[in-house]
Amino acid sequence: MTVINARSVDEALTALRDHPRARLLQGGTDLMVEVNLQRTSVQDVIALRQVSELRRWHVDEQSRAVRIGAGVPYAELERNPLALHLPALAQAARTVGSPQIRAAGSLGGNLGTCSPAGDGLPVLSAMDAVVHLRSATDSRDVSIHDFMLGVKRSARRPDELIVAVTLPLLDGFQGYAKVGTRNAMVISVASACLIHDASEGSIRLAYGAVAPTVVRARNAERWLAANAPLRGRPVFDRALASEFGRRAAEECAPIDDHRSTARYRRHAVAVLAERLLLQASGYGASREHTT
Amino acid sequence: MSTSTTTRRRGVLGTSALRPDGLPKVQGRFAFSSDAWADNMLWGATLRSPHPHARIVSIDTSGALAINGVSAVITADDVPGQLTYGLISNDQPVFARDVVRFAGEPVAAVAADHPETARRALAAITVVYEVLPALTRAEEALDTGTTPIHPDGNVIRRQRIVRGDQSFAGDVVVEGTYDIGMQDQAFLGLEAALALPDDDGSGVELFVATQWLHEDQKQIAACLGLPLDKVRLTLGGVGGAFGGREDISLQVHCCLLALATGRPIKMQYGREESFFGHIHRHPATIWMRHHADRDGTLRRVEARVLMDGGAYASTSSAVLINAVTHVQGPYRCENATVDGYAVRTNNPPCGAMRGFGVVQACFAHESQMDKLAAACGLDPVTIRLKNAMRTGDRLITGQVVESVAPVERCIRETAALPLPPELSEHPDALQLPGGSGRTARRNNVTRGIGWGVSIKNLMYSEGFDDYATARCRLANGVATLQFATAEVGQGFVVLAQQIARSVLGVDTVLLEPISTAIGSAGSTSASRQTWMSGGAVDGACRLVRERLFEQVAREHHIDPLRLTIDGIDVIDSAGDLRVSVEDASRGLVIDETFEHHHRATEELDENGQGNCHVAFAFVAHRAVVDVDTELGLVKVVQIATAQDVGRVLNPLAALGQVEGGIAQGLGLAVMEEIVLVDGKMRNPSFTDYLLPTALDAPEVVVSMIEEPEPQAPLGAKGIGEPPCISVTPAIVAAIRAATGKDLARVPVRPQDIVFG
Ligand SMILES: Cc1cc2nc3c(=O)[nH]c(=O)nc-3n(C[C@H](O)[C@H](O)[C@H](O)COP(=O)(O)OP(=O)(O)OC[C@H]3O[C@@H](n4cnc5c(N)ncnc54)[C@H](O)[C@@H]3O)c2cc1C
Repeated sequence: MTVINARSVDEALTALRDHPRARLLQGGTDLMVEVNLQRTSVQDVIALRQVSELRRWHVDEQSRAVRIGAGVPYAELERNPLALHLPALAQAARTVGSPQIRAAGSLGGNLGTCSPAGDGLPVLSAMDAVVHLRSATDSRDVSIHDFMLGVKRSARRPDELIVAVTLPLLDGFQGYAKVGTRNAMVISVASACLIHDASEGSIRLAYGAVAPTVVRARNAERWLAANAPLRGRPVFDRALASEFGRRAAEECAPIDDHRSTARYRRHAVAVLAERLLLQASGYGASREHTT
Repeated sequence: MSTSTTTRRRGVLGTSALRPDGLPKVQGRFAFSSDAWADNMLWGATLRSPHPHARIVSIDTSGALAINGVSAVITADDVPGQLTYGLISNDQPVFARDVVRFAGEPVAAVAADHPETARRALAAITVVYEVLPALTRAEEALDTGTTPIHPDGNVIRRQRIVRGDQSFAGDVVVEGTYDIGMQDQAFLGLEAALALPDDDGSGVELFVATQWLHEDQKQIAACLGLPLDKVRLTLGGVGGAFGGREDISLQVHCCLLALATGRPIKMQYGREESFFGHIHRHPATIWMRHHADRDGTLRRVEARVLMDGGAYASTSSAVLINAVTHVQGPYRCENATVDGYAVRTNNPPCGAMRGFGVVQACFAHESQMDKLAAACGLDPVTIRLKNAMRTGDRLITGQVVESVAPVERCIRETAALPLPPELSEHPDALQLPGGSGRTARRNNVTRGIGWGVSIKNLMYSEGFDDYATARCRLANGVATLQFATAEVGQGFVVLAQQIARSVLGVDTVLLEPISTAIGSAGSTSASRQTWMSGGAVDGACRLVRERLFEQVAREHHIDPLRLTIDGIDVIDSAGDLRVSVEDASRGLVIDETFEHHHRATEELDENGQGNCHVAFAFVAHRAVVDVDTELGLVKVVQIATAQDVGRVLNPLAALGQVEGGIAQGLGLAVMEEIVLVDGKMRNPSFTDYLLPTALDAPEVVVSMIEEPEPQAPLGAKGIGEPPCISVTPAIVAAIRAATGKDLARVPVRPQDIVFG
């Protein structure tokens, strides 16, 4: 077994080209679990910890977007100043594991694993994020919606590195909520991210852990757009929110497993959608900020 | 808190003396069993059946033996002694030979130069199975038409209790069926052992994390076909046990490999294997019918208890007895009709876990008491006070409760503990149900309060003499103690030192290694070691003190009966002689050994009558929970408890037992469960077997009820098990109060609250 300590993205990409079966290691909070459970026998490892480019993020005021390096840990996403720019991502980050896991785990790793229960992914989906991929020979940008293909399956080619993701800077409410059977350190049974784009006038809702990949509730989004004004500071009543939740729940495809039941998961996402929409209602008026 | 102004000597009984293993554990310097290491050692590993029930057609080990670095591969054919073992009946094979009876049953073991080689060796063993239909429903095991899955049959034990008027019908009758899921001990220090073969191959020495060295020794020696003295055990550092280390796991395998290879063997389980390697708490289905007068006076209990023992007997028969004999709860009741079964299935074996059968019974009887209260128009506290048992009352087994029985006081003192403040207007979502998932707001949350009270037997029952041995040596003012009491985390090592300091007036108390070099101490279970081994240490120290007094008396020509210990001195209570223990013991070696036996008990007769238990302890719990009723998520806000402890010997250690037990009972109430599908475990990991985190642990407010127990050598009752027993029904009752749902099973899952 070889461990290559890459110092730059280019070094990592060259290593990936030369060792096509190598596994990339960022925080290791997924990879090492796999190794310990002997589900994976790792041949070669390309360690990304020292690739500082992957640990950076920056705001582009011009394009109103934030580009986040694949290796930025949750511990950074959950705090200001990033939390001010991307409140939903910060909330999602806060639900991940424990402080130790958040100090090591990254969005790149979340995308690399591509589990439907990955807590970063509903936020990326609801915000129509773009995933930046690079190989030794080319680079491409892939919409998050085209990136996630199935349970732990993504559009990333084996020779590609996830370099960064770009998310838009938006005005309006952003919320993430996750249901688990324990009050901390728990894999999602169902989760939801709701994003309000106040200037465009849209509400977007994405779900985690209720289908083979993170899903967008597009029909419910459209129904809401047709039934409520969404620009500026909209106000939603309980009946509308509840109908939104009901419709949104129809768009998921949950399963029964040892963590929960399909019926409960469907119910939970309806409740989460309803609650998030009610939180979005009149948002800004009461200055209810999460920091 | 005590307002006494007398200053007590450091480290004596009644103080929060520091544990000798405390600092090393906190600093990461404590050597757990898994840290054991020997030069030239090999690694052992176990091959386990993937099927819950299958015939073994063939086992081919040649592929494994061909691997470079593999020193031995052993199967049932290599067991020289008894092929089976067990705590009560020898029904569990060292290795499955013809048939496997649960998914995870050991089939072979290997010794290799590296854990990775060992893993590859396991993968290279070819076992051909003919899969058989698995018996996984306990009820089916009772069916006379079901083929026995073991030569001993499918019913491990049946026990009835018949007392009083069998046709009594109360004015008020309530009924319910309750289910308890399979809980795991989930101790953090995984199974591990190091076996060192004797140079001439005639015996073996084993360092192992266990609960009872001498019982292990007996079972191991029988399987190895060796005399007892050829199998010597020393306790390795134990990281928790909770009953899960009472049974043999890797002990025999490890010794067999050491003898087969002539080299030290280290074996240790990972977390996943640990779930297969030890027994679990019995899942149970308990039907109960309570009869009462209109005013709520309990008149008759009827119960049917069905416990799933899994593939092998382990302690199932004793667990069943505990369940059926405690099913009335801590309440007076003269008429009873109880039928109990522990059955064999192809599920993982079940055995001892903190609370030992009483946990299951308590969830049923406390749920029933709340139903009864509602039916009589009483509140949960009133109905319990009205029926609270007292010293001198008879159990449904006919046994008179001679123990101190402050049930009423437990309830009243619990009720007097302050309730937590109401939720603030804008609470941090982290503190609400759903916790870090941040799913709830203040208006999604409903608060509920619930009660649970329990009775728990202490020590072993049914005629078993589970004595404890200890030795004390005094020389030059230093006491040295020796015992085989397994320190599994409960703190006996500090208690033993405290006893010696108090009895002998010494400061320095050394501890010999915990091993089979001395007589048995019995098991560290059944809330018994403070009473039993504490009694043995106390007895040994007293014998030494007598000898010391004789010596001092001889020197000073006075009657030894006039001498007593005052601080660190021997003084003459009728004169002015004062000599320090250190001086008095200079140049002497006083060495005494003492065995403590509890009073004799008897077996139950066919009607479940008999004085089968030694003593009892009581506790009350009040739970306050917040429930997100729409999502079915729970946050246990506070547990108030008053516990009958006899006497507090170490306040900090006592509090630790209470808080830890409550966390474990909370786990069973709302999250801890091994999920089985067709006999196969779906969640053998800490990713999916959920233990409470700091965010799940409630505030605990405690009142220790100190009414010294005359039977107990130190006046102290065992305190290990009671904290985890009635807290489970208390929490569930609180969730019922918040939601109005029936909730007849634990753990309560979110979907049970939402759709129940
Ligand atoms: C105790 C515990 C609790 C957890 N709780 C949560 C939770 O609550 N929510 C949650 O979503 N997850 C949780 N996880 C899973 C894990 O922490 C996250 O998925 C995390 O985002 C993984 O990031 P990482 O940097 O550690 O990934 P790594 O383990 O380093 O990598 C994960 C995968 O991605 C690949 N990879 C890593 N970086 C790149 C890259 N730049 N380009 C291409 N591929 C890459 C790796 O090869 C690997 O296949 C938990 C894990 C543990 C151990």
